[in-house]
Amino acid sequence: MTKKEQPATDEQMIKFYQTGTFTVGNRLLDEEFRTVQATSERSNSIDSGHRACQGCGQALGARYALDTAMRVTDNKIIAANATGCLEVFTTPYPETAWSIPWIHSLFGNVASVASGIAATLKAKGDTTTRVIAQGGDGGTTDIGFACLSGMFDRNDDVLYICYDNGGYMNTGVQRSSATPGGARTSTSMPVGEHPGSSFTTGKFLPAIAMAHEIPYVATASVHDLHDLERKIEKAMSFRGARYIQINVPCPLGWGSEPAKTIKLARIGVESGLVPLFEAEHGDLTNSTKIRYQVPVEEYLQLQRRFAHILKPANVDQLETIRAIAEKNIKRYQLL
Amino acid sequence: MLYQMSGSIAVAKAIALCRPDVVPCYPITPQTHIVEHLSVLVKSGQLENCTYENVESEFASMSFCIGSSAAGARTYTATASQGLLYMMEAVYNASGLGLPIVMTLGNRAIGAPINIWNDHSDAMSVRDAGWIQLFVESNQQAVDVHIQAFKLAEALSIPVMVNMDGFILTHAITRVDLPEQEQVDQFLPPFVPRQKLDTEAPLSIGAMVGPDAFTEVRYLAHHRQKEALAIIEQQAKEFAKIFGRDSGGLVKSYFSEDADIVLVAMGSVIGTMQDLVNDLRNEGYSVGILSLRSFRPFPANAICNALKNAKQVIVFEKSFAVGMGGILASEIHMATQRFVGDKLIIKSVIGGLGGRTITKKSLRKLIDSANKNELDDEVFMDLDGTTVVRELKRQQEEQSSGPVAENILRDIGVVSASKTH
Amino acid sequence: MTIQHKPFAITLDVGTSHLNKTGSWRSMRPVYIDRLPPCNKACPTGENIQGWLSLAEEKNYRGAWELLTKDNPFPAIMGRVCYHPCENTCNRGQLDLPVGINSVERFIGEQGLINNWQFKAGEDTGKKIMVIGAGPAGLSSAYHLRRFGHQVTIYEASEKPGGMMRYGIPKYRLPREKLNAEIYRIQKMGVEFKLNHPVKDILETKKQGGFDAVVIGIGAQQSHFISFPGQSSIPVLDALTVLRDTENENPNQLIGKVVVYGGGNSAMDVARTAIRMGAQDVTVISRQEIDNMSAHPFEIKETLEEGAQIISLRSIKAINGCEITLELLKTSEEHHSGHSFVVETGEVESIEADVLVLAIGQVIDRQLFENIAPIEISNESIQIDNTMKTGLDGVFAAGDVVPSQRSVTTALGHGKKVARAIDAWLNGQSYQPAPQNEVATFDKMEPWYYSDAPRTIQPHLDAVRRKNGFAEVVGDLDQDHAKYEARRCMSCGNCFECDNCYGICPDNAITKLGPGKGFEFKYDYCKGCGMCESECPCGAIAMEAEDI
Repeated sequence: MTKKEQPATDEQMIKFYQTGTFTVGNRLLDEEFRTVQATSERSNSIDSGHRACQGCGQALGARYALDTAMRVTDNKIIAANATGCLEVFTTPYPETAWSIPWIHSLFGNVASVASGIAATLKAKGDTTTRVIAQGGDGGTTDIGFACLSGMFDRNDDVLYICYDNGGYMNTGVQRSSATPGGARTSTSMPVGEHPGSSFTTGKFLPAIAMAHEIPYVATASVHDLHDLERKIEKAMSFRGARYIQINVPCPLGWGSEPAKTIKLARIGVESGLVPLFEAEHGDLTNSTKIRYQVPVEEYLQLQRRFAHILKPANVDQLETIRAIAEKNIKRYQLL
Repeated sequence: MLYQMSGSIAVAKAIALCRPDVVPCYPITPQTHIVEHLSVLVKSGQLENCTYENVESEFASMSFCIGSSAAGARTYTATASQGLLYMMEAVYNASGLGLPIVMTLGNRAIGAPINIWNDHSDAMSVRDAGWIQLFVESNQQAVDVHIQAFKLAEALSIPVMVNMDGFILTHAITRVDLPEQEQVDQFLPPFVPRQKLDTEAPLSIGAMVGPDAFTEVRYLAHHRQKEALAIIEQQAKEFAKIFGRDSGGLVKSYFSEDADIVLVAMGSVIGTMQDLVNDLRNEGYSVGILSLRSFRPFPANAICNALKNAKQVIVFEKSFAVGMGGILASEIHMATQRFVGDKLIIKSVIGGLGGRTITKKSLRKLIDSANKNELDDEVFMDLDGTTVVRELKRQQEEQSSGPVAENILRDIGVVSASKTH
Repeated sequence: MTIQHKPFAITLDVGTSHLNKTGSWRSMRPVYIDRLPPCNKACPTGENIQGWLSLAEEKNYRGAWELLTKDNPFPAIMGRVCYHPCENTCNRGQLDLPVGINSVERFIGEQGLINNWQFKAGEDTGKKIMVIGAGPAGLSSAYHLRRFGHQVTIYEASEKPGGMMRYGIPKYRLPREKLNAEIYRIQKMGVEFKLNHPVKDILETKKQGGFDAVVIGIGAQQSHFISFPGQSSIPVLDALTVLRDTENENPNQLIGKVVVYGGGNSAMDVARTAIRMGAQDVTVISRQEIDNMSAHPFEIKETLEEGAQIISLRSIKAINGCEITLELLKTSEEHHSGHSFVVETGEVESIEADVLVLAIGQVIDRQLFENIAPIEISNESIQIDNTMKTGLDGVFAAGDVVPSQRSVTTALGHGKKVARAIDAWLNGQSYQPAPQNEVATFDKMEPWYYSDAPRTIQPHLDAVRRKNGFAEVVGDLDQDHAKYEARRCMSCGNCFECDNCYGICPDNAITKLGPGKGFEFKYDYCKGCGMCESECPCGAIAMEAEDI
C-alpha cells in the first residue's frame, strides 16, 4: 500500500490546504495523504518511558521510520539495532521501549544480523515479514561499514536506516567519518590552527550505497515527516537492499537547545548542508527542493559545536562550509 | 551407509542431514571444504529450504548466524584460526544472547607467524566465550557429534562449537558411516527456539544489563553449562541407541581406570595414542588414555573419576598459554586437586604446534621418561633445542635481533642467504 | 509451540518502559493556550475573524455569518467599506500577503443577503433606549441593544438611515441596495426608526418617550471650512455637501476644472465622484507627499487610475478669480515622533479652477449639547468615560462624536461597546471588558508549515468603465476563492489540530483526543524538551516553569 501522488496543480488551487503537507496532520487532507504519525492508531514502535535526552532527534526519527514501515507491512516488521544511543536508551534492563520484535547484537554487525534474519525468513518462505536494520552514523559509516557493504553486495532484503547525528554521541561525542568538517567533538576540539573536525574528502554513505547500485537509496530529515514517510514507504515497495539516512539533530552533541531539534533539521536542509534526495539502482531520481533557502550561518549559529567557525579568524572554514552547501545545491539540484 | 570421503565432505553431509535453515560462510583454511560442499548441496537441491550465503568476513558470518538463529532458524557455520579471532566479538555475543548456533572449528594455529596447520590455539582462545566446545577424535565422530551438537545446542539454547583437527581430520579421506535421514530425523526433532523474533509475539533481545543483574546473568550461563554435563551424556546414550555407535559424551576412557600412567588429550591425537597404548600394554606397561571430548563444559567429575586410580597423568595439548604453560594441564590440575588431592602427579606436555607431526616415537619417549619418574613438569615435545639456544644467544648479543621466526628459518636454511645481515 | 522461559535480563517483554516515568526529568511543562489573533485585536468591532474564516473554509456560511454578526451587523457593508485594520496586522503579511479578510467578509455578507438570513432580538427586558442618529454608531448600538432584549427607537434627522455610510461613501464603493438591505434587517429586529426627526432637546425627548437611557450617535457632520485671501470668482464647496448632494441626486457644481483640497479619503471620494459627474479634469491638492497622505493607498491608486491628478506638497495661499495660488512645501528634515511634517518654501505657482472643494475634515454639531452642562465637549468631541458614558447619567455617546479614529468600523465597535455598557448600567453594574489573552505575534509562530498560497485578487472594474457611472468598482469573490482565501488564515494563537505536537513529541507524551477535542499532555512522560512549543505553527503552546 503506497500513497497516491498528490493531486494535480489545477485541482490544488481549489483544494487548498492551509498547511498542505508540511505539518504532521491536516484535517483538510484526504485520509490517504495524512501521515502515520497523525493517527491515533500509529504503532508507537518506540514507546514512552525511553531514556533519550530531551529533544532527541533519533528517538523521533526511529519512531517515524518504524511506525511507517509497520503500517506499510501490516505490522510485520523485525528490527535489528546496532549498539549506540538508540539501543541504550530504549532497552536498559528491565525495561524496553520497543513494541516490535527487536534485537541488539553488537556495534559493528547490525547489517549482518539483519541479513541473517532475512535469510531465515527466506528459508521459511515468509514473504510478508520484513527486516529493518538501524544504526547511528558511527555504527554505519565506520565500524559497521564492512557488514553494510556486504549486505548491499548480496542485495539482502533489508532496509538499513542510518540515524545520522554526525558523531559518536553515546560514548561522549567523538568524531566519526560522518562528522561535518569544522565541528567540535571531544576528539576534534576547537584548538590549534585548524579547529574542529578536519575537512576530509568525506565518506558520504548515501553515495557509497548508490555505487553498490542497490534498488533504493534516500536521505530524509525529521523535520519533513511527509517526505520521510514517503521514502520509507517507497523503500518498502522494493525487495533487496535499501538504505535510508535520516538526519537527526542531537542536542547533546551539537550543543543545541532541545526545543530546536526540528528547527535545526529543517534549516540544515534549507541551507543546503543536508541534501535530501532519492536514488534507484544507482541513479539519482529525485531531490527534495529547498523551500526557503537560509544562509549556512543561520544553521551554524544555533550549535555550539560550530561556535568557533563564526569567529573572524576562522572565516576560511566558514567559506569551506558555504562551498559545501553550494556544491550540494548544484549536485542534487536543490533549488 | 559406508563411504570413503574426506572429513570435510562427511561433515558437510552430516550438517545437511540436520536440515539447517541458514548457513552463512566465509572461506578459511582448513574448514573451507565443508562450506564449499554445503553450497553444492544447497544449489543442487539436496539440502532444501536452506538459505546459503557467502558473506564478507567471519565477523559478518557469525553476526549473520546471530540474526538467523534469533529469528528461529537452525543455523550453522564453520571457521578456523584467524577467522575465529576475527569473529570473536560475535562469538561471545552469540552465547551471551543464548543462541543455539552450531559451528565447526577446523582447528588451526594462530599467527603471527602465519601458519595454516593444525593445533588447538584457536579453540583455546575462546575457552571463556560461553560456548560448548566438543572435540572429536575421528571423522566418524565428527559426523556423529555434529548431529548431537544441534540437539544439545537447541536443548540448552547455547551455541556449540565442534572442534575437529585441521588437515588431520578435515582433509583425511577415511571410511565414514553416514547415517540415514530417518535416523537423524528420529534423533533430532525440529528446532523449537527458546526465544524468537516473532511479529506475533514481539520481544526485545539483547538488552543492556548493568551491575544490578550482570552477575546473575553470568552465573546463569555458568549454571546452564553445568546442566549440559548431564545432557551430553544422556544424548550420547540416546545416539548410541539409534545409530548403534559410541560417539560423543564427556570423556572417553581407554584403559585409564586401571593404568598407572594416563595420557590426557583432545582430538585426533587420541588415535595415535591408542596405537601406542596398544603396543605398550602388550609390552606390559600400565598405560591408559583419557580422551576429553567435552572441553566446555569442563567435565571435572568425569575426569576425576577416570583418573582416580592413576599415579601419573600426562596432559598432552596442542596449545599453551604463553607465559603460563599448558591450559588443559592447569585445568585438570585444578579439577583433580579438589577430588583426588596432591598425590596425583600431573605433567604438562605441549606438542603438535602449528602442525608439527606427533609421532608415536616421541610419545613413547614421554612414557618412558614418566615411567622412570624423569619427565619434566613442563615439556615441549620435539623442541629443537639447538635452534632455540642459538637464537637465545643471538638475542643476548644483539639489542635488536629482528623477527624471531625469520631468524630461526634462516638458521635452518629456509630463508635465502642474501637476506643475512 | 512451547516457549520456555526467556533468558533472564537480556530479553525483555514489550510495554515495560511504561514503568519509567520520565516526566520527573522536567523543569518546564508545556501547556495548551489560546492567544489572541492580531486581526481580532486590531478589529474595532472585535470580530472573531479566525473563527468565522474557519467556518467559511468549511463552507458553513450560515455559521460564519452568525459568528461574524455577533460583533458586526453589517458584513455586506463592511466587506466593502472597512479599511480592514485586521489585514494590516495579519501575521500572514509577514510571510507573503495578509489574508483577504475583508473580501471574505463581503462574501459572507452576500450569502446573508442572498439567503435572507435575519437577526433575532433578545428576550424583552422592558427597558427602552433612545438612539440619536441612524449612522453606523447608532445602528450598531440599536442592533446590539436589541440583542440584549431592550426596546430601541432611533431618531434620525435625515430622510434615510445610514449616516455617513449613505451620505459620505459614494455608491461605487457601497451600492445602496446592500446598505438598505442590511439596515432593513435591523429594523426587522423591532428597532423603531423615526426618520426626518432631528432631536432638539435630548432630555425632553427622553422624558417624553419614557426612555431609560440615551445613545448619542450624531457623528461629525459639519465640514471644516477655511477662507482664503483674494477675490474668488469660483464656488468653494465642502466635501460633505458635495457627497450628500450627489446621494440625493441634487444638482451640483462639479463641472469643468475641479480642484479638491485635502489628502484624506473624503478628498478621494470627491475627486472620484467629480470624474463620474463628468468634470473636465480633476486635481487633488495635498499638503503631504503621496506616501504620507491620510487616504488609503488603494483609494489613491484607484483615484489616479480613474484619471484624477494629485499634486502633492502644495498649500492653497490665495484665490484670485479662476486662479488658485499654491505655495510649494517641502518635507522637513526634522521628524517628530516618527512623523515627518512639511514646511513652507515661499515658492509659489498657480492653477486654474472652475470649482474648489474643501475636504479638510469634519467637526461635530455642538448645538444639541450646549444647554446640558454635564455633557462636556472638548477637542471637538463629547468626552466620555471608559464605559462610553457622558457626564450625564444614562446618557452615552458613540461614533465620530466621541474621540475616535472616525471610521465606520470604529463606530460599529462603539455601538457594540455602548450596548454592553448600557446593559450593565441598566443592571446596576459598570461595564468591564473581559481581559484579553496575550497576542499571538509572529515570533510565536512557525511559518514554515504553512503552504505557499498567493492572495486572491478581487476582480476590479476597468478604470475606463468606472468613469461613466457609479457601478461598484470591486467585485465579489466566488465560492472557491472565498474558501481558498479563508484557508490562508494561519489560525494564529489557536490550535487548529495540525497534529504537529502529537507527531513530533519524541516521548509520545501527547494524547490525541479526536476531532475538535484537541490534545492532552501526558505529564508522566513529558520530559519538557519544548519541541512542541517551538514547532506549533500557530503558537498555541506555552512553556511554564515547574514548581520544583
